[in-house]
Formats: sequence, structure tokens, C-alpha cells
Amino acid sequence: MTPEQTRADARPRVHVRPGRFELDAVRGVVAREWILYGQSWRATTFAAIVEPTIYLLAFGFGMGALIGNLAGFSYIDFLGTGIVAVSVMFQSMMPAVINTFIKRRYLRTYQAVLAAPVDVREVVTGEALWLAVRASVYGCVPLLVAVAFGLRPGPGALAVPLVAFLAGFAFALFGIWISSVITSVRSMDYVFSGLFTPLFLVAGTFFPITELPDWVQTAALANPLYHAVELIRGSVFGQLTPGSVLLHTGVLLGFIALMWILACLQMRRRVIS
Amino acid sequence: MTTPPSGRGVRPAPGVPALRLSGVVKRFGSLAAVDGLDLEVPRGTVLGLLGPNGAGKSTTMRMLTGQSLATEGRIAILGHEIPAESKWARARMGVVPQHDNLDEELTVEQNLRMFSYLYRVPRRGRREAVARAMRLAQLQDRGDTVVDDLSGGMRRRLLIVRALLHRPELLLMDEPTVGLDPQVRQELWSLIDALRSEGATVLMSTHYIEEAERLSDEVALMAAGRIVERGVPSELVAKYAGRTVAEFTTGEEGVAGLEHLLHRDGFATRRTGTTVSALRAEEIPDPLLARLGTPHRRAGNLEDVFVALTGENVE
Repeated sequence: MTPEQTRADARPRVHVRPGRFELDAVRGVVAREWILYGQSWRATTFAAIVEPTIYLLAFGFGMGALIGNLAGFSYIDFLGTGIVAVSVMFQSMMPAVINTFIKRRYLRTYQAVLAAPVDVREVVTGEALWLAVRASVYGCVPLLVAVAFGLRPGPGALAVPLVAFLAGFAFALFGIWISSVITSVRSMDYVFSGLFTPLFLVAGTFFPITELPDWVQTAALANPLYHAVELIRGSVFGQLTPGSVLLHTGVLLGFIALMWILACLQMRRRVIS
Repeated sequence: MTTPPSGRGVRPAPGVPALRLSGVVKRFGSLAAVDGLDLEVPRGTVLGLLGPNGAGKSTTMRMLTGQSLATEGRIAILGHEIPAESKWARARMGVVPQHDNLDEELTVEQNLRMFSYLYRVPRRGRREAVARAMRLAQLQDRGDTVVDDLSGGMRRRLLIVRALLHRPELLLMDEPTVGLDPQVRQELWSLIDALRSEGATVLMSTHYIEEAERLSDEVALMAAGRIVERGVPSELVAKYAGRTVAEFTTGEEGVAGLEHLLHRDGFATRRTGTTVSALRAEEIPDPLLARLGTPHRRAGNLEDVFVALTGENVE
């Protein structure tokens, strides 16, 4: 055997299918995120716990004392479930917008990752999946905090991580798409003020959308967060019907499909010239 | 060795070059960054792509990794057509980018482990692949050091071995020592030398003459988006610059006169400030030499070749 053959045999055997979407590549991207998370989990966990707790304290005690009941729920029940959905959105969409932009523009991360046998679709999917997993775990934290504040969940609450994963995946893809549309850090002001704020206020999180003007109620139906809130609240209090599950899940899945396509196309435009 | 999926039968025959570019053009608007590039790199050779900034080297490198799409022409890496089979090619090659894109907050070991996943090193070989890379970069005692705390040379060595985790058959290096001080550059040359002695196929872009001469089996001189000449460095120097180059230093007013005399007799020249260098100086006849004055003689180099061919300086 020649030295050349020996070297060749020593090389790892890798199955790669060009043009195909490969789970092995997605797994590689998720593994990368997991290693990065090992460095940042303390700060991430701190923010995930402290932020919803402050919201619940402020709104629960402050507004709760004034409101009492809302749309057939005690205010803490209404708010606690709403904040789960908001937390999922913040845990997935914020890092998707900010981190993806920084990785693309300043850290040249995608240049490094795409030099490996990974394509843009796999990068987008892997990063969104990781954020969705993270959001599904951290999204449950406010629910536990709300329980401490007096929320009494039903057995359907066990479905919350699943709904949080679905919503987290949708918002992560939405965030990645936005991050590949914007061209400068300054543009993020438009995103946070013009998109985040209405998204999380007009979704039945802090108050029912039925209190809003008709046209806003109609617009809220297109808000994926509204559907996530309805699924979470309905699961926790056992109020979902097959029809409502189908409707809200269907909207979230449709949004995921649309955002996946847009995120992949736009990201490809940004990283491949 | 990477394995194509069964039944595709695309593993290239042994005679297929590691890399082949035919008539490759890359335009950005009206600007042609690469303009009809033809290049072939045989297996087991180190080819230096030498040219000044803006010659199209980095654009070429980006096209080879599929991160830039050629406007015209064909690219094949290890027999795989780019961009259609780029992912396949990337599984079998390593890429060292010009700009450091290591994860600064992670340790040396974490950076390598992360890429062992992306390069799909099998689970049981992952630990050994990372350890081997650290040994190769002489960073085995720095596994737990955060990249931010490494010196510039260590970072660059890490960047190079990161591309070797999956034992690629071809290594692309885009300006591997740019911006490094001479001592660190020497360290990296030793590492590249080690790869070369293992029979690796390497395409390395550089604008450092010494680097190209020292490390390459062959150099391809690139200017304005195309290859102007290619060959073994010593042979190119002998062909275009001769055995010696004579440097005549004069006042500003004398430069044009010196050049005129040399050009009239068919000698190529190169101007550096008020010094005029005449290539193939061993052929300058004595009467002309007497008119030109006493030169400083030195050996020709690739910079002289480049100037003779393009009229531009590389560095």
C-alpha cells in the first residue's frame, strides 16, 4: 500500500448529496449552536427568567388589582399565558434578527460555515430549529412563574412546549428573513419599533383583541403571535376545540412555510454573490 | 476519503485534475473582476496564485467555494461541477479564508469541535481529528485557551488546521499570511511546508513574492482577472528576468534617459523610485553598460517577472 493510499483510507467517510436538503448538515449547524450556547447560557437563562417575572410582577400586581377578570379569565391567568407566547417570540425572533445580522455582516460566520458541506437552506433551518428548541424551554419559564403567582393550569399545559416550539420556529424564521432584508444596524430601530411592538401588543397578550377596532381585530388574525397565544391559552385551560387547533396550527404552519422560503431566498442573496 | 452516494459514479478518474477553471468570468455590473480565467491544478501540487490586490484572486477563491457564482465559464473541483455539486466538493476540500472568522469567545478545542460537526467527521473520529489538528498547529497545550487570547500567528494556524479536520484532498488558502509579521509568516510557512511534504494539493493565493517562490511548485501570475503566465518559479525567473538584474540608481531627471537606452536595446526595465532595474542584465553589452554606469546586481525574482509581463508591481 502506498503512503498516498494510506492517507486516503485514513480520511473519514462522508456521504454528501449535492442539491439535497440533508439532516446531517442541519445537525452540524445545531451542534455548532449548542457549543456556542455553552458559553452564553447563563446570560440567556437570566434574561429568560427575569424579564417575564418582572412583567408578571408589574402587570399581575399592578393591573391585576384594577382589572380582576378579563374575557372570562382571572387577569393573572390571562396575562400568564399571554406572556408565555411573548416570551417565545422574544426568545426566538430577537436573536434571529440581531445575531444572524451580526454573524453575516461582522463576524463572517456564514462564510466559514458555507465553506463546509452545508448549504443556505440547512443553515437557516438549523439556526431556526435551535432557536425554537431554546424558546420552547425558556417559554415555559413564565408559565411556572405564573403558577407561583396563582395560575392553575390544566393537563393541557403539557402541550405548551410543543406550541412554543412551533411558534418559536415560526418567529425564528421570520427573524432570519428580516435580518437578511435589513442592510444596517440602524434599520433594526424600524424593526423593533414598527414590527415587534404592534406584534406583541395586538395579539391578545395583555388584553383581548375584541376590545380593539374591527380593522385591528382583522389585522390581528394575520399575526402569528395571536394564534400562538390562542393555542397556549386554550391548551393551559382546556378550551381548545378540534376546529380551533386546526385553524391556529394551520396558520402557524403556513407562516413557517412562507418564512422558510423567504428566509432561504433572501439569505442566499446576501451570502452568495 | 469522501464517498459519493452509491450509484452516482461520479468519483473522478485518477487523471482528473484537482481543479479546473475554463473561461471563467465574474462580472459585478460592468466590472469584470475575473475575465476569462483558465487554470488547472494537478493533484499533489502546490500552486501559488500570485497577483496584486484587485487582480481577481479572492473572487476566484469565492467562486471555488460556491459563495460567488461565475457569470460565464466552467469550474470543476475534484471532478465535481461548481456550483451544482459544490457541496460535494466542499466535503472533500478545506478552505482557509483571507479574513479570520474564528469564534473569538470559544476555546481552541471548541472552535475545532464545532467544525468537526460541520465537516461531518464521524462521531468516533471526532476527538482524534480535533487532537490531530491541535498537534499540527502546535496548539495542543492551548486547547482550553479562548481564541481572543491567542496571538495572531496562533489564530492563523488554528484557521488553517480548522480546514484540515476532515482530511481534505484539496486545500484552498486565500492570502494565508496577509497582515502577519515576518516571524509569524515563517511559522506558517513551516506548517504549509509540512502539508506539502504530505503530498497535499494546495491552491494558495498570495501577493507576497517570497511566499509564492518559497511554497509553490508552480505559480500562476494573475492580473486584471486572468492568468498572464504560469510555470515553475525558477523557470519563469530565468525566462523573463534572466540570471541577474542590474539596478541603476540615478537622479529623477536621469530615469527616463536610462529607460530609453535600455528599451532601445530591447531590455525590459522596472522602476522603483529613482532606481531603474534592467532584467536579463547578463546580456547587457559592455558598451551600453559603460554608458549606464555601475549597477547593483542581484538575482531576478518573480516580482521582476510580473513587472516584465504586466508593467505592474505585485506587492
